[in-house]
Amino acid sequence: MGMGNPALLACSEPWARNTERERREMFRIEKREDLTPEIHLFEIAAPEVARKAQAGQFVIVRADETGERIPLTIADWDRDKGTITVVFMEVGKTTRKLATLQQGEYLQNFAGPLGVPTHIEKYGTVVCVAGGFAIATIVPIARAMREAGNKVVSIMGFRSKELVFWEERLRGVSDELIVMTDDGTYGRKGLVTEPLKELLEGDEKVERVIAIGPTVMMKFSSLTTKPFGVKTIVSLNPIMVDGTGMCGCCRVSIGDVTKFTCVDGPDFDGHLVDWDELMARQRTFCDEEKRSLELWQHSSGRT
Amino acid sequence: MAELDLNRVPMPKQEPGARAKNFNEVALGYSQEQAIAEATRCIQCKKRPCIEGCPVGVDIPEFIQALRDSDIAEAARVLKSKNALPAICGRVCPQESQCEASCTLAKKNAPIAIGRLERYVADWELNHSSGDKPDIEIAPATGKRVAVVGTGPAGLTAAAELAKMGHSVTMYEALHVAGGVLMYGIPEFRLPKDIVQAEVNYVRSLGVEVKLDAVMGKMTTVDELLEEGYDAVFLGTGAGLPMFLNVPGENLKGIYSANEFLTRTNLMKAYLFPEYDTPIKLGKTVAVIGGGNVAMDAARCALRLGAPKVYIVYRRSREEMPARLEEVENAEEEGVEFKLLTNPVRFIGNDEHWVTAMECVVMELGEPDESGRRRPVPQPGSEYQMDVDTVVVALGTTPNPLVPTTTTGLETSKRGTVVADPDTGKTTKPGVWAGGDVVTGSATVISAMGAGKAAAASIDEYLKGT
Repeated sequence: MGMGNPALLACSEPWARNTERERREMFRIEKREDLTPEIHLFEIAAPEVARKAQAGQFVIVRADETGERIPLTIADWDRDKGTITVVFMEVGKTTRKLATLQQGEYLQNFAGPLGVPTHIEKYGTVVCVAGGFAIATIVPIARAMREAGNKVVSIMGFRSKELVFWEERLRGVSDELIVMTDDGTYGRKGLVTEPLKELLEGDEKVERVIAIGPTVMMKFSSLTTKPFGVKTIVSLNPIMVDGTGMCGCCRVSIGDVTKFTCVDGPDFDGHLVDWDELMARQRTFCDEEKRSLELWQHSSGRT
Repeated sequence: MAELDLNRVPMPKQEPGARAKNFNEVALGYSQEQAIAEATRCIQCKKRPCIEGCPVGVDIPEFIQALRDSDIAEAARVLKSKNALPAICGRVCPQESQCEASCTLAKKNAPIAIGRLERYVADWELNHSSGDKPDIEIAPATGKRVAVVGTGPAGLTAAAELAKMGHSVTMYEALHVAGGVLMYGIPEFRLPKDIVQAEVNYVRSLGVEVKLDAVMGKMTTVDELLEEGYDAVFLGTGAGLPMFLNVPGENLKGIYSANEFLTRTNLMKAYLFPEYDTPIKLGKTVAVIGGGNVAMDAARCALRLGAPKVYIVYRRSREEMPARLEEVENAEEEGVEFKLLTNPVRFIGNDEHWVTAMECVVMELGEPDESGRRRPVPQPGSEYQMDVDTVVVALGTTPNPLVPTTTTGLETSKRGTVVADPDTGKTTKPGVWAGGDVVTGSATVISAMGAGKAAAASIDEYLKGT
């Protein structure tokens, strides 16, 4: 890169030292757990974030000095230990970089808790639907909903048996749990929308649905509940940069208004989300992400 | 008396053709000979009007005299005693409307190039200082603790001043690096990031602690800072919320806020993608909407990122453009084209939700509005389509509500700015001061620094009484 003034390099040393020092005191990976070969759990030392974290919020993470800022949902927290638990799936370069970090190593940056916490209230019967690694996100929400006096029925869906994780953890915070796999290798065969529809058609009145997972799953969960008029909250995952309301990259159309997911969400009424726009925007940097990942895999000898 | 020398020493610059293809600094700075030659033009007049023209009151004739005597260390000392961030001010201050406008030689159209001299002295100092020990005297510790929220120009100045007064200062920054708009907004080619970090390090060297990744209003709140024992809080959180046009199609892909476009490019270094992980994607025809410095920065970044065609689309005429003349000229020299009296009313996209065109309306200027500039009025039936595949919306910013909405007793205006006394920065909440863009809405680096400095003096006064 071009340096405006090479002699100033001497001045940047204390900066680097300072960053190093600050970093070494925080954001240590206290625990790493591989939930599946591609889904990992980090328990990160971040006492000030842990003090405030609530269900439904997220953190912005950077893996290293050249890394991008990505949002990760908070899966759990321990205010006494001062840790935040995040769960992520290896998708692109950043999540793959993160996956190379081991227990005892550090994240470059970790900021939060961001976003508006999920609204928790006693509704009656609440159905929590989660797909894939979002199981980790729904657990604290289901727990909070149950603590608020709701009957919680959870549905968890995976592509296949080997990807199932946290079944017991979600069962522990739910009154009922339905496990689905796309290929039928575990639990019931089919998509999460099938038992969701059955519950809505059943005798018990469902007061609220929380659906979190891949965007397409949230879209179809919302479409499933719409004819029944049951309010459905989804947790959106658009591309973000700062995560504090500064850039507007995460803007989404909710009904007729534009909202910033990072500060107005991430929870929104699924019946009002412009899903096609969201999915299109999520693909904005597809080509760049692919190129970046391939180069990194090639240069680091990873496949 | 010696004859007046009315030949300002020009500053060497990269040639437009070359510089439009790189992110290196455009203005290259004076050599020592050039700096001393320009300093020698100063007539050291009795009235010293330039000092009045400086929002932080730098003793300009004195530093110029020291420079002329080749005592650059002394020049730096004089400069830094009033201005904590001279290498930044020397680059981004609108001197033509401040100190240089007040210069006695301005009457002869040849004001001393004070900004260029400031930059020369500041850069010399950065290259010659030991880096650890500041040459500035720091008052004995008072035992008082001050929290400064935001590490942009207002916050850095307030923090430096308060530290020099002997107070213990902690700064809170939401992003992963200190500097605020100096890091995420102003591009490398206008303000190198190493320079910003060198100035931040200087503030650190005064004993200021900088907490990064600390999102005020989320990780903690101003109320909690006061409960936890801070004696005073200064809010320098800037104006970070981007404004959009609120017209149909604005959420299409390829349409960025200037904040997003510049943050990706500058803070996240997307111009070095894929060495740096954050991408930016541009098409062949870029339209930057707006006529301020941020619009010029975005347009010039777009050229450097490889866009073959870059337009500035502005609804008024050139005369009303809020950007510095120098920045407009730089943009034009580099090949940015101006579509004036033009306003987008709708964006049109393709099947992939990517923007392909914008419908514009031609404007004409009517009577002056409350800003004193002639109001642009749409001409009915003048709509036409302009093919574009990238749009940057640079209409200005308003304060981020994260801090104001989580602080009790803090009054804000309809525009979302924090209400503060213009002279002292005192807010409606006891123990809390504010200054810079969070109070004024988006303005200049130096006015933010002036506000930071005034607030520091008021905070010091208050702390003496506690």
